[in-house]
Amino acid sequence: MLRKADQFRRISSSVMTTVTASCTFVAVGILAVILFYIAMQGVGSINLQFLIDSPRPVGEGGGIGNAILGSMVLLGLSSLIGLPIGIAVGVYLAELGTGRFGGLVRFVVDTLTGIPSIVTGVFVYAIVVLPLKHFSALAGGIALGLIMIPIVARTTEEMIKLVPHSLREGALALGAPQWRVTLGVVIPAAASGIATGAMLAVARVSGETAPLLFTAFGSRFFSYYLDQPIASLTVQIYNYAISPYDEWHAQAWAATLVLMTLILSVNIVVRFLTRKRF
Amino acid sequence: MAMPMKILPTKFEVPERALKNVATLEAAEKSKIAVQNLNFYYGQTQALHDVSLQIPEKIVMAFIGPSGCGKSTFLRTLNRMNDVIPGTRVQGTVLMDGRDIYASGTDVVELRRKVGMVFQKSNPFPKSIFDNVAYGLRINRLTAGKAELEERVEQALIDAALWNEVKDRLKSSALSLSGGQQQRLCIARALAIRPEVVLMDEPASALDPVATHKIEELIVELKKQYTIVIVTHNMQQAARVSDTTAFFLMGKLIEVNPTEKMFTAPDEKLTEDYITGRFG
Repeated sequence: MLRKADQFRRISSSVMTTVTASCTFVAVGILAVILFYIAMQGVGSINLQFLIDSPRPVGEGGGIGNAILGSMVLLGLSSLIGLPIGIAVGVYLAELGTGRFGGLVRFVVDTLTGIPSIVTGVFVYAIVVLPLKHFSALAGGIALGLIMIPIVARTTEEMIKLVPHSLREGALALGAPQWRVTLGVVIPAAASGIATGAMLAVARVSGETAPLLFTAFGSRFFSYYLDQPIASLTVQIYNYAISPYDEWHAQAWAATLVLMTLILSVNIVVRFLTRKRF
Repeated sequence: MAMPMKILPTKFEVPERALKNVATLEAAEKSKIAVQNLNFYYGQTQALHDVSLQIPEKIVMAFIGPSGCGKSTFLRTLNRMNDVIPGTRVQGTVLMDGRDIYASGTDVVELRRKVGMVFQKSNPFPKSIFDNVAYGLRINRLTAGKAELEERVEQALIDAALWNEVKDRLKSSALSLSGGQQQRLCIARALAIRPEVVLMDEPASALDPVATHKIEELIVELKKQYTIVIVTHNMQQAARVSDTTAFFLMGKLIEVNPTEKMFTAPDEKLTEDYITGRFG
């Protein structure tokens, strides 16, 4: 015969297990349903021509090759801008930004994270697009890069703070100056975490549409010039989804599937490259 | 018969003899390290009170005392490792080969190259075994080429009695080693840059008896080439490895004597009480 207190403990334990398990199930389930639904809707329109061709008028097929290329160009540009600056800010905050100025920087970075992406788009429109007098891939890359900076900065800071203090002391005791400790010991020890943060930022901006409408604008042709408008998957999806044609709707689903696959594969590749070796 | 006291005495007089420990100029010049009237503060809290101590060359000196007595803090003043803790303050002089390491214009990097340190918890870098030992050599550019680097790494690992266990897997992660091996790797890392003094902050406190024994053997061996200062909680360990022992209590240095005398016939009653387990 169990005591009353023991019975209560057992019951509350199983209740809590059930609650947490079902919440997990809901979270994972939603993701699975979304992926499954997109795959079902999109897979029918995917073929080689769709992946390499540029858009054509309704009824003639066409593809999203230019948008895939454009998205990659935009992500590359934004990573070039956002990752170095974001990582540098994160390192500063974690290693040096302990004083009042550090606190101010942290507050500014947090505020930046909360700025709606369309505001960033309008801002870049004003300072890049207007002076240059036309939409461009460069402007799109800058807009996405600006969105990445605060995300990368905060995750980098958190990851660097996780590196045990004893590692820093060990390096200092060997006569290493501070900057070499940070570059040679602390950052490598936090590398896989920093890379995960960078990945999250890339995944986040690869789904951005609003800031690109004012900056990269979109294009129906292959473009290889950074000072010209460029297509992107998200803008293409947007344009096709609001069109009245069933064929374009189907292509929008397919483009969505391609976008998800792209993000997933970048994720896997980066995880593989930064896996814990030591 | 009175029961053994289990609490620290809170009020005691610092013995006359310990106060007279202040070095004459001549004595300071002869010893490797000579500390004079050192006071140390963490913010408002004073952690060391007027400590004066000389450490001769090529001996093992052990610091003993209860937790929080300042022995680790004192050890860390010897390579200015406390500099990295914000809000700390040092007064007094620490002479290393006759030069004050707290004088303005002292190159801390050069000091730490001369005074190596092994920490309580082994802290290998998340790199390969080879790269761990090579780290100090590389950052200080102490070797001329690859061959010399490899030779110095090998020698350091031999000196730390680790070579035979790792020579076939120098490229594998340092974190794959056992706790005792990791600590010997940290010793090898410190020895690779050929310091003159090696500070050890409870180097065996997290290790099992077998690994501890290896470290102790190593310390005795290293004495031939290096001046070693070791902080230990373990009095048997102090008795086994050291030539001279210093006893700290509440930030004050109570007694310094040859180890044998310290553990058989200490000058001070406080030392005797501590060693016989009356408190602490």
